[in-house]
Amino acid sequence: MLFNYRMKSSYGEILPRDNNMIEIRFHGRGGQGAVTAANILVMAAYKVGLWGQAFPFFGAERRGAPVKAFARLSKSRVRIRSMIRHPDVVVVLDPKLPEIVDVYSGIKDGGAVVMNTPGEFRGPKGLRYYLVNATKIALDHGLVLAGWPLVNTAILGALARAIDIPIEAVKEAIIEYLGPKVGPKNAEAAEQAFREVVVVE
Amino acid sequence: MAGKKKLPLSGNTAIAYAVKAADVDVISAYPITPQTTIVEKLTEFVANGELDAEVIHVESEHSALSAAVGASAAGARVFTASSSQGIALMYEIMFIASSMRLPIVMAMATRALSAPINIWNDHSDFMAASDTGWVMMMAHTNQEAHDDIILAYKIAEHPDVLLPVITAIDGYFMSHTIEPVEPIEREEALKFIPKKVTWSVLDPDNPVTMGPLGTPEWYYEFKRQQHEAMKKAREVFDEATKEFEKVFGRRYEPVEYFMMDDAEYALVAMGSVAGNVKAYIVKEARKRGIKLGLIRVKLFRPFPAEEIMEVISNLKAVGVIDRALAFGSSYGGPLYGDILSAAYTRGVDTPIVNFVAGLGGRPVTFRDIKAMVDATLALDGKTRKDVPKEPYFIGVRE
Repeated sequence: MLFNYRMKSSYGEILPRDNNMIEIRFHGRGGQGAVTAANILVMAAYKVGLWGQAFPFFGAERRGAPVKAFARLSKSRVRIRSMIRHPDVVVVLDPKLPEIVDVYSGIKDGGAVVMNTPGEFRGPKGLRYYLVNATKIALDHGLVLAGWPLVNTAILGALARAIDIPIEAVKEAIIEYLGPKVGPKNAEAAEQAFREVVVVE
Repeated sequence: MAGKKKLPLSGNTAIAYAVKAADVDVISAYPITPQTTIVEKLTEFVANGELDAEVIHVESEHSALSAAVGASAAGARVFTASSSQGIALMYEIMFIASSMRLPIVMAMATRALSAPINIWNDHSDFMAASDTGWVMMMAHTNQEAHDDIILAYKIAEHPDVLLPVITAIDGYFMSHTIEPVEPIEREEALKFIPKKVTWSVLDPDNPVTMGPLGTPEWYYEFKRQQHEAMKKAREVFDEATKEFEKVFGRRYEPVEYFMMDDAEYALVAMGSVAGNVKAYIVKEARKRGIKLGLIRVKLFRPFPAEEIMEVISNLKAVGVIDRALAFGSSYGGPLYGDILSAAYTRGVDTPIVNFVAGLGGRPVTFRDIKAMVDATLALDGKTRKDVPKEPYFIGVRE
């Protein structure tokens, strides 16, 4: 388990480690739903008694281009308002992104990388990898929009495992955020990813 | 986090929810980043039948505020929103709205002014509006951004005030950042701000002319009355925030003090950067034994000079963070100008130094804040004559 949780909530004991705040950076492509994933994460975190803050990279984004989104989870109100330079966790929605973007930039020693990958994956040493084939899971659940597999909810399931947020809270948040029509199958994708994620050190 | 249900809302969405709760009649706006999603959400509410309002799609911000003036003069509860160049284009009409004493509420997602084109956050647009006769406040959480809209109508429509109000949030740092917000429901909002036309309106049965020629014989009296209305706005702000606390349980002051009880030094700031300063105080300054606090100015017009000076007069040194520049002025940043005038007129001798930071979205980091704290601490034991005559430009390449 990456974080040593201590906070009481209806889901049990939950709290991020030492500085009481986890900083997460999402790398995706415009249109993949990285920002939505960050927003849903905050919703899920709030359900388990954590304070959350999510925001996109501040700038102009284009469909298909590399984009970033950020989230902070904390046991108390998040005061700081700035982009995250030294994340505890990096989430990568597109397996090809590490070839063109330094997704590990500034990541803390011992940090976690949640990676959508079709198979094995090798990254820098000293990090913990949570590998999941989110693309396949999305396709299995029919999560496709404008020809693109929607991997953001599946990757959330893998992220939930990495930061130890209860998957039930994530599923609830997904359904609440996306609505009753597409919410449930996205929640199922998240749960499958949560089950299938492979941890590599 | 007990209490009512909170929703994860961006600053812009939080504002849109409040505008819906205020049951506005007319929304007149033109899209501009980073404000756009406020009106986007509102038009969605209207399209879904959740809000019964007239949405006026205009061809520019000049028209957006002009239409708002017309609708308000007809007795409607009116809302508009803008940023940066949009505010600049509204500038002419902003004076007209305040002088015609129309209680329009405008949300501003602050953004730098061109040139060069920059969509990121600073306070250039907000500060450019500071002499337009609008009541102005700036939030620093999304909950506050939400609540400010309800407070704004309370103040604007008060018969002793009747002035338009700007409620500002920082572009991106708040407008596009999601955090938990407890939305106020329409029913409880309308108990707090009942829909009652308290201002002079156009009425076909009793025709009047509004905003006609004001000759030298009359013009000055209008301005004098605006000055008085602005003073009243301060009294009404205090009443409104007290009542707001009773009803909704959240307390807002014209100035927020953070760890000021035992503070010897303070930074003065507005908007989102105040959050970074708070984090710095807790994580760095206090751990190093520096008795640093934060004075966050929420109400900017009318400027809460008395209470700020009461606190500053007891401190060893103070630094004021400006996120805009007043080019060629005798001071540097506009907030610093207000603080200095307040200090002079209240006989406060505390050395007060100016920092300009974060222009055009340049991040204000802990290292930057440390530089400001160091420069402020360096004034310990000095007099105001020792204060640098130029602002410190923090985080810029020289």
